[in-house]
Amino acid sequence: MPLFGSSDTDTRPDSKLDSKLPTGPIEQRWDTRRFDLKLVNPTNKRKYKVIIVGSGLAGGAAAASLGELGYNVECFAFQDSPRRAHSIAAQGGINAAKNYRNDGDSIFRLFYDTVKGGDFRARESNVYRLAQVSVEIIDQCVAQGVPFAREYGGLLDTRSFGGAQVSRTFYARGQTGQQLLLGAYQALERQIRAGTVKMFSRTEMLDVIMVDGRARGIVVRDLITGEVRSHMADVVVLGTGGYGNVFYLSTNAMGSNATAIWRAHKRGALFANPCYTQIHPTCIPVTGSHQSKLTLMSESLRNDGRVWVPKKAGDNRPPDQIPEADRDYFLERKYPSFGNLVPRDVASRNAKEVCDQERGVGPGGRGVYLDFADAIARLGADVIRSRYGNLFDMYERITDEDPYKVPMRIYPAVHYTMGGLWVDYNLMSTIPGLFVIGEANFSDHGANRLGASALMQGLADGYFVLPYTIGDFLASAGPDPMTPDVPEAKQTEAEVHDRVKRLLSIRGDRTVDGVHRELGHTMWDYCGMARNDAGLRKALDRIPELRKEFWSSVNVPGENESLNQSLERAGRVADFLELAELMCIDALHRTESCGGHFREESQTPEGEAQRDDENFSYVGAWEYSGDLSAPTLHKEHLEFEYVHPTQRSYK
Amino acid sequence: MEKSEGVQWWGGRGAVQSFAAMTASITAAAGGRTSVGKKVAVAATGLIGVGFVFAHMVGNLKVFLGREPINHYGEFLRDMGEPIFPRSFVLWTLRLVLISAVVIHITLTYQLMQQSRRARPIGYEYTEPVRKNPAARTMRWGGTALLLFIVFHLADFTWGVHPDFQRGEVYHNLITGFTRVPVTVIYLAAMFALAMHLYHGTWSVTQTLGVNQARWDRTIRRGATALAVVIAGGYSIVPLAVLFRLVK
Amino acid sequence: MNLTLKVWRQKSANDKGAMVAYEARDISPDMSFLEMLDVVNEELTLKGEDPIAFDSDCREGICGMCGCVINGQAHGPDHGATVCQLHMRKFKDGDTITIEPWRARAFPVVRDLVVNRSALDQIVQAGGFVSVSTGSAPEANSAPVGQAVAETALDAAACIGCGACVAACPNASAMLFMSAKVMHLGVLPQGQPERYDRVSEMVETHDRLGFGSCTNIGECSAVCPAEIPMDVISFLNRDLIRSRAGRGMKRA
Repeated sequence: MPLFGSSDTDTRPDSKLDSKLPTGPIEQRWDTRRFDLKLVNPTNKRKYKVIIVGSGLAGGAAAASLGELGYNVECFAFQDSPRRAHSIAAQGGINAAKNYRNDGDSIFRLFYDTVKGGDFRARESNVYRLAQVSVEIIDQCVAQGVPFAREYGGLLDTRSFGGAQVSRTFYARGQTGQQLLLGAYQALERQIRAGTVKMFSRTEMLDVIMVDGRARGIVVRDLITGEVRSHMADVVVLGTGGYGNVFYLSTNAMGSNATAIWRAHKRGALFANPCYTQIHPTCIPVTGSHQSKLTLMSESLRNDGRVWVPKKAGDNRPPDQIPEADRDYFLERKYPSFGNLVPRDVASRNAKEVCDQERGVGPGGRGVYLDFADAIARLGADVIRSRYGNLFDMYERITDEDPYKVPMRIYPAVHYTMGGLWVDYNLMSTIPGLFVIGEANFSDHGANRLGASALMQGLADGYFVLPYTIGDFLASAGPDPMTPDVPEAKQTEAEVHDRVKRLLSIRGDRTVDGVHRELGHTMWDYCGMARNDAGLRKALDRIPELRKEFWSSVNVPGENESLNQSLERAGRVADFLELAELMCIDALHRTESCGGHFREESQTPEGEAQRDDENFSYVGAWEYSGDLSAPTLHKEHLEFEYVHPTQRSYK
Repeated sequence: MEKSEGVQWWGGRGAVQSFAAMTASITAAAGGRTSVGKKVAVAATGLIGVGFVFAHMVGNLKVFLGREPINHYGEFLRDMGEPIFPRSFVLWTLRLVLISAVVIHITLTYQLMQQSRRARPIGYEYTEPVRKNPAARTMRWGGTALLLFIVFHLADFTWGVHPDFQRGEVYHNLITGFTRVPVTVIYLAAMFALAMHLYHGTWSVTQTLGVNQARWDRTIRRGATALAVVIAGGYSIVPLAVLFRLVK
Repeated sequence: MNLTLKVWRQKSANDKGAMVAYEARDISPDMSFLEMLDVVNEELTLKGEDPIAFDSDCREGICGMCGCVINGQAHGPDHGATVCQLHMRKFKDGDTITIEPWRARAFPVVRDLVVNRSALDQIVQAGGFVSVSTGSAPEANSAPVGQAVAETALDAAACIGCGACVAACPNASAMLFMSAKVMHLGVLPQGQPERYDRVSEMVETHDRLGFGSCTNIGECSAVCPAEIPMDVISFLNRDLIRSRAGRGMKRA
């Protein structure tokens, strides 16, 4: 059933997708590639201008590293400081195959776990490289002064995370992302002082400038003055994060957006696997329509908390009045060996299922209990406090309920997007000269990301991969300074101007947030934790309508020439309204279930995700065709030489 | 006239000039150009002040020993260092150190205050401090009050504006001085200001000189309280004793 | 519940600005303070007025983007938390709430409650880093760091860079922010080679940027969402004295 583009069983390489994968033994591929990559003469480096959009773990690390190498770097962030990037909110930790625990970890095992955890939808070569450089990341961060947790002997401590069998997660309390980002930020500030990097904060990228089929610059809007201007460069790097905010409510920051990658997509960059979304099972449930974002609580809570709901639908008794006999510990019942520790996607889907049966708890009935009563009775409140004290405090601050006395309520929330712009092994998109790093690319996580791997990938791309591969592109292209008065830049600027003007001239009766909220509901209902043909088609009907309503009835107050946060949001939501459609198209075309993508039509008799390797063992990369509703699908077939696809089982 | 002797020894106007030059150079050197360096100098000169008020307080308590011992003590201050140094030389050296300390303390504080004033050109409509810390928040006003008091006090007891002043008769001057109730009231109020200034000042010195650490903080605060109470209390019991006719 | 808000409105850096009163109706106690402002802004938008500009991003207390002075206190009445973590249940029906931007010469107002905090970045630029270029790092476990030292470093490194310390300080000093970084790097072995130059250059930059001078009042630490303790300032002072005593390489 070829829904879009080429036939599903076509395994010929797609001419659009040259993944430039190295060959040979997997352990040597990255070394071989590094040797094959061309180098830029040290004295020539300053003649190359590099634009980096985004200052998080990927963008910040890349900007600092390229600055150190001597390139002439310009870095852009929409926030007021590079230190605000949302990488800062990552709690758990960062994986690395150091094998400090002597517990059988190795580069190969991290590689194996990541490919398997990604449900066999990632490239083996990429993942192996990620596992290799993970070791260097820890060295680098420690040297920067990142205060990782230590053992009494003064050596680095690790913990086991997200169901891994080995202890390979390095952490700094519950603020690992913050500490790693500050490390990158400080390295970046050092380069700003050295003059190799010029930082543009409160400056938002709104388009890519294409000259002769190559990315040669970006159009930005100064968020304070409203000035729209072009910055030209030899190469453009996007490290702008994920697009989880398409769901309106997610654990992403308020400003996290898809504009940079979406604009690049519309200029020719292929968008890979847009439907792969990770839903995190332990977030604080929504309390009302005013809710602006969701707060994640560490997965570690499931180590001691028991998940349950009432057995009867519509049972409104307070939890302490529901006797054991009337409770359903559904994870323990369905997965006796893993119990409450089943992987994120399984835990999330089951929570949705019981809520769909009207057995959910709390306001709106979208929540399940995470009960610590047994653990407190067994270990004492003090032990629980020492393990989770800060999480319990945070929960109480938000909900005004004391989790030592009342069971916590949790519900899944959108957390991470595995999809993103398609990139080759060298991290370059299908647009020559446009590189994409971190969560913004379709990355190394396949259809599902393992816990503590996001930080690893962002830093791997920024510190240790891009600085090599970008040199190869630049050395081949040669320095070519360009001023922003080329006609292509003027044309793109004019288009950006028009769009801003259009947004400001609608003056309708709906707010930007109102439309965004509705888009989020549609996406969550039909393209969320579980998807089916009928629902996705419904969403595909609704989204273009909603887009039309947005462009005819939204009210963006104020003017362009000053700080206008409504205008900023409007531009981002306008892009989400387009991207959402592509996500649904991708989800509809992929009739299998894999990782974060669960198609109700494709499940085992026990209700578990059923992959279809015969038909879907490929990366689905979408090309913008000029018609948002009819993109062209390109397929990059995935080969598995080292890890053989198996069905996951957590029974 | 002991005072003029001292000034003559230093060479009159030349003394004032060299003193001013010295103070200025200490201010510049100790303070450096940074706010923290200036604070360190304020702290160090503050410590000199603490030493002085403590010694002065101990001297005052000699009034309870009677007329002779305290008059003798007053005389000793002038004789100190003889015969190696000329009479009053040590006293004047100490006085100059003290005056320099006061000048540096005030000059640098004033500069820092100006820096802070400039740092917030537009204030808040409304503020509600979280940390109720009156001693810390009144350092500048309290310091100014103390300065005014010092001028008054010098005029009263050293320069002899005192109506019944007899040079060299410390005991007499003290008793007759404090029989005037308004003077005693001013004096006691000043001692309250001194206690506040000393409490925050002493704690602050440990912070500014980088001695303070979280685990010692409580001890240091207790120490600062004790010092403030002992010094201000030691001063205050003298006029109170005079007022209640315990010494006559 | 219903509230009266008195909010600082200022169109741009050059505008004079004034306090303006708004009514916030039907506010749920479960809302965060910023969600309450979102509701007010939606109403303003529909009425055709300019919504109140304020910064926020992660809304979980870690990015440091949000911050305003609420009823005279930086980040409002719930201490050890940012504005985005403050919930409306801390207020009563009928309350009047004053909302003002951070006030400091080094933090000029951009619009309404939004201020420019790039001065904090400049302090970090002056020396708040370890000069280690990518790739040059030794094996991570080659320099052991005692657990207590690592914890002390992390306590200081927890600073989120929100600027509340400056806003709350009667002197508009950034000492707590700066000292947290000096202490974070100053206690770790990795930070030793540049320790004394770092502090010296950071303090000079701090003064040049127009921040005030610390008088050890402690208001900064009392409002700090990351609860950075006052003794970080003591640590900086000590290191500055040592730096001036000739331990700094450049000044030796």
